[in-house]
Amino acid sequence: MSAVIFFIAAIGAVAGAIGVVALRNPFYSVLALVGHLLSLAALFLLLRAEFVAAAQVVVYAGAVMVLYLFVVSYIGGGARPLTPGGSSLRAVAGFAMLALFVELAIAVLGSSLKAVSGDGAPFVPGFGTPEQIGEALLTKFLFPFEVASLLLLVAAVGAVVLARRRGGTTLEDEIRDSAHWITPRSLFSGTMAEAVGAVRPPHEHGDPGTAATDENELGRPVVTPAGREEQGGW
Amino acid sequence: MAIDWYLIVSALIFCIGAGGVLVRRNPLVILLCLELMLNAANLALIAFARMHGNSDGQIFALIVLVVAACEVTVGLGLIVAIFRRRLPVDVDELRELQG
Amino acid sequence: MTTTTWGWLVLAFPLAGTLANGLGYKALGRRGAGAIGTLAIGLAFACALGALFSLQGHASDHRELTSSLWDYAVTGPGVDAKLSILVDPLSVYMMLVVTGVSTLIHLYSVSYMSGDRGYARYFAYLNFFVFSMLVLVLGGNFLMLIVGWAFVGAASYLLISFWYRRGTATQAGIKAFVINVVGDVGLVLGTFFILRYSGTLDLLGTFRAADGGAFAGHQGALTAGCLLLLVGAFAKSAQIPLHTWLPDAMEGPTPVSSLIHAATMVTAGVYLVARMHPLFERAPAAADTAAIVGCATLVVAGTIGLVMTDIKRVIAYSTMSQIGYMIMAVGAGGYVAGLFHLMTHAFFKALLFMAAGSIIGAMAGGQSLEKMSGFRRAMPFTFGCFVVGGLALSGVPPFSGFFSKDEILAWVGSRGGGWDVLYVLGYAGAFLTAVYTWRMIFRAFFGEPCAEAKELEHGHLAHAEVPTNPANAEVEDTDVGFPGPEHTIAERALPMKVSMTLLAIGATVAGLVQIPHVDHVITTFLEPTFADSKWAGHEPSNGLVNFGLVIGTVIALAGIALAYRVWVLKPGSAAAWRARFAPAYELFVNKWWFDEAIDLLVVRPFAAFGNFSRRTFERVVVEGTLVDGTTSVVRAGSAAVRAIQTGFLRYYAALLLLGGAAVLLYFLISAG
Repeated sequence: MSAVIFFIAAIGAVAGAIGVVALRNPFYSVLALVGHLLSLAALFLLLRAEFVAAAQVVVYAGAVMVLYLFVVSYIGGGARPLTPGGSSLRAVAGFAMLALFVELAIAVLGSSLKAVSGDGAPFVPGFGTPEQIGEALLTKFLFPFEVASLLLLVAAVGAVVLARRRGGTTLEDEIRDSAHWITPRSLFSGTMAEAVGAVRPPHEHGDPGTAATDENELGRPVVTPAGREEQGGW
Repeated sequence: MAIDWYLIVSALIFCIGAGGVLVRRNPLVILLCLELMLNAANLALIAFARMHGNSDGQIFALIVLVVAACEVTVGLGLIVAIFRRRLPVDVDELRELQG
Repeated sequence: MTTTTWGWLVLAFPLAGTLANGLGYKALGRRGAGAIGTLAIGLAFACALGALFSLQGHASDHRELTSSLWDYAVTGPGVDAKLSILVDPLSVYMMLVVTGVSTLIHLYSVSYMSGDRGYARYFAYLNFFVFSMLVLVLGGNFLMLIVGWAFVGAASYLLISFWYRRGTATQAGIKAFVINVVGDVGLVLGTFFILRYSGTLDLLGTFRAADGGAFAGHQGALTAGCLLLLVGAFAKSAQIPLHTWLPDAMEGPTPVSSLIHAATMVTAGVYLVARMHPLFERAPAAADTAAIVGCATLVVAGTIGLVMTDIKRVIAYSTMSQIGYMIMAVGAGGYVAGLFHLMTHAFFKALLFMAAGSIIGAMAGGQSLEKMSGFRRAMPFTFGCFVVGGLALSGVPPFSGFFSKDEILAWVGSRGGGWDVLYVLGYAGAFLTAVYTWRMIFRAFFGEPCAEAKELEHGHLAHAEVPTNPANAEVEDTDVGFPGPEHTIAERALPMKVSMTLLAIGATVAGLVQIPHVDHVITTFLEPTFADSKWAGHEPSNGLVNFGLVIGTVIALAGIALAYRVWVLKPGSAAAWRARFAPAYELFVNKWWFDEAIDLLVVRPFAAFGNFSRRTFERVVVEGTLVDGTTSVVRAGSAAVRAIQTGFLRYYAALLLLGGAAVLLYFLISAG
């Protein structure tokens, strides 16, 4: 009896997985994943992990997938692909997946772990119940529990930050070319250009009216090499 | 059923999910395939928990669940932000990190 | 006070003068620099006198005293580099000549350079020069000799290019320095050859080793070493073929020409051969080479001096010729004769240069003989100095040059055999000397007074409207780096008069210390140094000496008479002579084409090699292959690695998964 249920659930899970990957419309992919999650919950039940199965259904299929559905509805189906890309990637993907599956299968089937080929440890009543889970969470796994809650907090804050509108700026507002990365310096600020005489104070030109900066097309000041003057003395 | 059947199923689902990550271009679907992989890992964890007979694997699976939820949250936030900036929602187009 | 302490003091005073002038020029002010410079050398002269008396206080076979202040690098056999001086009659003699003449030239410069803005720098450099020359003559080992040698080259460069904003002056300075460096290389290489078998850098030690047969089986090395030393001597003393720098060195101020390029630095080569006489006597090929080159130089320089129109260049070629006499003498073994001529030459040549500086001042900086004439009435004192110097140079008795030159020629004649050729050429050179010297004097002082002379007769010193470079008539100014606006003449400047008078007295009476058959003060004085010479005790025969005295006088007077006839009695005949001997004139005016020959044989190949190195080797091999090759390899490598950074997310994911699969495969296989 359990074998039958196992096979039904397994086939459902695999079908859901294939559906996620293969369906064009992301909305349908999400629905396929929901189906997959429910099959997985059934498999969990077969393994006597009741709490996890319930959590899977309630949290995962119930909350996370609903969130997904909201976002997919907001974004839509996605535009037609602009450039055909990565056809070679399909071949690579196929090959890689096949290889990976074969390796994992070999790993599992060729394993010398005796227990894998059995049904598992003898069933202890209370295995998989909320009491046992709760006790483990609060005693043996307290630290991961607390860290997980911290992680949830971080994710929540992150999501809020990511999705909010920045105050009025868009891509076009900021000028990002290299000419404006260098802020113009004031004179006598000790730059090397001054030290080698490439930039002179305006009063040496002789007419205080003109500023010492000419701008070229990039908007940067044009520097000219200073002349040499013979000073008397030694 | 013997435990190794569950493990085979888990491996199969993992590989399908990995293949989906490589093949699909819509970041939403890529995230979905990531979920597939995480679920496969969960299945394997529960199977091993059953094998050992204690709840360690189940706790692990619960934490994975939490992590998956957080990751989905942040990932979807990213995708929404991309969508809001009117950038194409296509991983092949988003390659400003090209070196 | 020991003798060597006097020696150290002689070194210390000019060094102190250099430092005081060089570092404290702002505090010293104008007159202070000149006073300190002159005082420093004056004190050095006093200490040289002290060294003299102290040395004479020793027994005559104990007059070679060394003193070492510091061991720089003493490594077993071979290299014993110490800071040591050698005080013996030869070095005291040189010290006295150098410091004595230098003091007078410093005194002269106090007036002469008074209008120049680089006054303090001038005295700092001049003191540095005297210090270096003293290091050279006092040095007790090859190391100090080489150090002094190099320093005088540097000082010469600094002083020739003193008016550094003049292009001609800086080019002349570079030319002098480069040729001197060739000589330095010869000197150092020669030292190596000698050091190899002598085992010591110390001079006295080397001579003792040579006496003890250190070079017995290594005649080739000794000859090579001496020949290389001669290269150094020729470069420093402006002998053929390394002489081309000396005429150009006249770009420096006239006192510099008088000190460095007449009295002291150019005599360093003579000193070198005289000092190294034990080595040269064991390498007769080198000694003979020196004599032959000296003789060739004296003839060639004499011929060129006949046709030069720049007054300083005439005197420069005259210097070259007289040094040729000295080199010929010390090459032939007549060390005392050569050194005697060195002393008398220092007096009358410095005097001639000083007088030339005076007349150049009267010409407001002009140096061309073509423009000078008739200064006799306007500048009697300068004329008198020229006459005294000219008589001494021509070798008219009883002036000093007569005795010294004839002693040299008598010695050369007494060698006999092939040396008679040099003997005859020496007298030919004496004739030429008289002619060109008095050509200069007659042209400048006789005849119709030129405009500047007329102005001066009315008491007004000529002043150039626009200062120009006398060599190429470029316009300049009188700020620092160029000559000052005022020129001085001897008649109006007491320091100049005093120094010139003292030198004139020296030029007149200095010969009296070594009159043949009468006295031989210098021979006796220098005897301890040259006692080990194989020529010690060798004297020319009386007949030869007397013959030489007579013929010397006759030739000198004949030369003066010829010059008088051509340039005073019959003014147009110079042009006639020039036309008649046009090819010879061309040869002389072009200075025997030595400059062109050196340019063709040395400068162009070097420049071509340099260009080849830059264009081909540097650009293609070093930059292209090595540098660019390395960078392009690195760049290609990084480009290859950069190809992984595609920016495609799925590409990265694929790499991840593939990598994971590979790792898993590895573990599967390794687990068996």
